[in-house]
Amino acid sequence: MDFRAWLRRVNRNRVLFPIAALALLVVVASSLSPHFLTPMNIKNVLSQVSIIAILAAGEACVILTGGIDLSVGAVLAIGGSITAVLMKWAGVAIPWAILGGLTAGALAGALNGLMVAWVRIPSFIATLAMMAVARGGTLVLTNGRPVSGFLKSFRALAGYAGPLPILFLVTFGVYVLWQVSLSHTRFGRYVYAVGGNETGARFVGVNVRRVKLLVFTLAGLCAALGGIMLDARLNAAYPTAGEGYELDAIAAAVLGGVSLSGGVGSLVGTFFGALVMTVLGNILNLLKVGAFYQYIAKGLILAVAAVSLSRGVRFAK
Amino acid sequence: MAPDVRPWVKMRGIHKWFGGVHALRGVDFSVRRGEVVGLIGDNGAGKSTLIKILSGVFPPDKGEILIEGRRVRFRSPKDAKEHGIETVYQELALVDNLDVPANIFLGREPALVGGGSLLALLHKGRMVREARALLARLKVNIGDLGALAGELSGGQRQTVAIARALYTEPKLLIMDEPTAALAVQEARKVLDLVRNLKERDIGVVFISHTLQEVFAVADRIVILRKGEKVGDFPVEELTVDDAVKLMVGGD
Repeated sequence: MDFRAWLRRVNRNRVLFPIAALALLVVVASSLSPHFLTPMNIKNVLSQVSIIAILAAGEACVILTGGIDLSVGAVLAIGGSITAVLMKWAGVAIPWAILGGLTAGALAGALNGLMVAWVRIPSFIATLAMMAVARGGTLVLTNGRPVSGFLKSFRALAGYAGPLPILFLVTFGVYVLWQVSLSHTRFGRYVYAVGGNETGARFVGVNVRRVKLLVFTLAGLCAALGGIMLDARLNAAYPTAGEGYELDAIAAAVLGGVSLSGGVGSLVGTFFGALVMTVLGNILNLLKVGAFYQYIAKGLILAVAAVSLSRGVRFAK
Repeated sequence: MAPDVRPWVKMRGIHKWFGGVHALRGVDFSVRRGEVVGLIGDNGAGKSTLIKILSGVFPPDKGEILIEGRRVRFRSPKDAKEHGIETVYQELALVDNLDVPANIFLGREPALVGGGSLLALLHKGRMVREARALLARLKVNIGDLGALAGELSGGQRQTVAIARALYTEPKLLIMDEPTAALAVQEARKVLDLVRNLKERDIGVVFISHTLQEVFAVADRIVILRKGEKVGDFPVEELTVDDAVKLMVGGD
């Protein structure tokens, strides 16, 4: 196999672009700001990326099957506030409170999956509905007020294991597990098959509905996990937490090479995509660019990434 | 070995209505093992309906199907497959973003652990080995098995689709327009493969709009017109001109 063929094979799931983009960004950032490559700032970036990356993992998998999930930000909020309310107001032990939050997220995701795979509502609409319902549910549950002041043992989640943030290790573990299941399990193969040729996959006996249900459920589970992580990090559950995070999650997946038409991409790429988004925000912060402008910058980058990467999609549906 | 003259599968008096349309009007159709039957007819003649009944997509409204003399009922394509009837469709054949072994084994992947569950670990090595062996038995050359289906030529894609259907060693293979989207050179590869099946004692139903191809590969040609069988000839006894006349009717 010649070098170009080899390169094409390596880049089949388009991981090279986000890695290159990240490398470029790091070089630019460290020349623009002396604070960028300090241990303090790196720890900060790793903590920040953890939550976006967790959402992006679920999102990427949904997009791989050819769908989209707009509810991850709102499901983050409801998962986070259920855990917070259980701990603070109901006096439930931490593990059970976490389990409660995760269950709520998985249920919300499963409902998305049922709407998409059984009722056949386009995922765009189904998850938009879930976004509104979950956000409303969060506001009702918390009376629209933040729930704050958690036990030390819960906040320890946002601490460090050696030099690395625990949140980052959690996220990293989820990614390793998930990438392995995408590459080596029947589930992973079916995710790509459904995204590549749904009718063909159904025709040879792939249970397409079950794959979709599972993918949306996992996305909900990841979103709730992100909410719980955010609780620990901020020592509070804000009812407005995660607003706009669906943009970051989708952007991370797209920058990471996941094709919006499904079937192409990987979690490795998504992870680097999430890092690109986070480092970008970090640089803009270090350069004291206002938050309002940061929204504009992120939106533009998503648009540019979507355009330039969609040119590379060989399997347009 | 003396050729087995009894048909392996026999359809008798098949009728099918779609609403008010009488799509098949009492058609008899049979295939022997190792026999290639060309099924031809104009659009709407009932070819697709007939093979969809034979492959279990829907049941006949009247008439019966016999395999080795025994009456069978197919409730789904899965039933037909279990009886040894596989079908290669023109479209929706392959998943373009998966490689060749992944396509051949899609929906029936061998697992290292976990059996048939969704979380089973795939036995990738076995898939590659068996895919290679299968293609070699069929004398098909795909080159790089790691190539994605979307990177293959039309003819290669079609041969992979056929190989996938042959993995279960069916007794009868139905091919609906297998060469429709192919260039001449590519179509030739598919025709070679069909001849190869004959040697392996597999019966083939071959549907094509290109009569030259049907004549090149079939032992027997069955002609449908407006839901009725209007001709059933050994290929030596039929010319392309006669076939066309029978297809379009009149005199």
